[in-house]
Amino acid sequence: MKNEALFRYLLRLGDDSLILGQRLAEWCGHGPILEEDIAMTNISLDFIGQAMSLLDYAGVIEGKDRNCDKLGLLRFEKEYVNVLLVEQPNGDFGDTMMRQFLFDAFRKPLYERLVSSSDKQLAAIADKSLKETRYHLKHSSEWVIRLGDGTEESHERVQNSLNTLWRYTDELFYTDEVEAQLIVDGILPDLSGIKAEWESTVKHVFSEATLEIPANNWKFDGGRKGRHSEHFGHLLSELQYMQRAYPNMEW
Amino acid sequence: MVNKEQIYNWLEEVSDPEIPVLSVIDLGVVRDAQIVNGDWLITITPTYSGCPAMKTMEEDILSKLKDKGIDSARVELVLAPAWSTDWLSENGRIKLREYGIAPPEHEIDKSVLFAEPTIVPCPKCHSRNTRMVSQFGSTACKALYQCNDCQEPYDYFKCLK
Repeated sequence: MKNEALFRYLLRLGDDSLILGQRLAEWCGHGPILEEDIAMTNISLDFIGQAMSLLDYAGVIEGKDRNCDKLGLLRFEKEYVNVLLVEQPNGDFGDTMMRQFLFDAFRKPLYERLVSSSDKQLAAIADKSLKETRYHLKHSSEWVIRLGDGTEESHERVQNSLNTLWRYTDELFYTDEVEAQLIVDGILPDLSGIKAEWESTVKHVFSEATLEIPANNWKFDGGRKGRHSEHFGHLLSELQYMQRAYPNMEW
Repeated sequence: MVNKEQIYNWLEEVSDPEIPVLSVIDLGVVRDAQIVNGDWLITITPTYSGCPAMKTMEEDILSKLKDKGIDSARVELVLAPAWSTDWLSENGRIKLREYGIAPPEHEIDKSVLFAEPTIVPCPKCHSRNTRMVSQFGSTACKALYQCNDCQEPYDYFKCLK
């Protein structure tokens, strides 16, 4: 393998995109209104497209003839390294928008930094994806504000979404020897400012939305090591069904 | 001898499968055409990462070139530099408006957080008194607007750069 740390890092980015794209796709035909049904599936398509670019490139770095389909659809559960946040079930529309907002607010400053990676392909994918991510963040933050600062019921429900999902946010900033190696190699720029930027975005939006960040500091992680929540197996069974039932099928 | 200009002229006949009024040249997705090892290599770039039309465009480009007698062309997809709506041709903007889709304004929707969305004139009555219905329209590259004067609902080819 040309660069194991880069391969592992691309899987992290690619799996986050793939799994969140899959979750959003589950809304197809079930959105609360037609416009939102279309919006969520459009955003899903952006995430799946980004996942294809990232996983295809991971396959090139790995050098074992695995493309985005093989990496995306034919790994086992513990080989996926997405954060736990993105695999959480859709719940109601507010749960989905809250999950999306917490993630988009992280992805935007991340891509803004990856644009200056010395790895040209990673920088190109980040530049392409950043333009899409700005639209995603705008969409999800507006809904968080609308629901939080909406009716008594919408406020209470989306506050509950935040209370449930908050415990998965710390993992967004998880780093280990993979990132450390890439920073030493000069492939990754300094990522340390991302958390402060994320916190500033979420605090701003929650104050507009009249939502309270939960005091409970209980945090979950494990996704980056392949330890997933119970929901993940069910998601994979749907994601992988076609390739498992009809190996190598194409259309 | 076929030259690059000739190739571009032929590709004017290949339409975007989602917005057939535009050619792949109008759309700005064709970035280059050159001869590599004796074969024409056409370089294209996606509008959005997950654009489902790219595969069809690739096939349509190859089939058009085949019709013109070029049997061994290849199409390569590149991501950088990232596609921008600034690459949409002037002719393409006119065709879009006539088709009922508002062409991209030259300014990105600055309302990434908390500002008013871009004013997009109605392609039917040209009124500027319009509103955004949804940031995401029938395809990833479009938003849905409605004219407050003539009531026309229309797609806006949203600015990306």
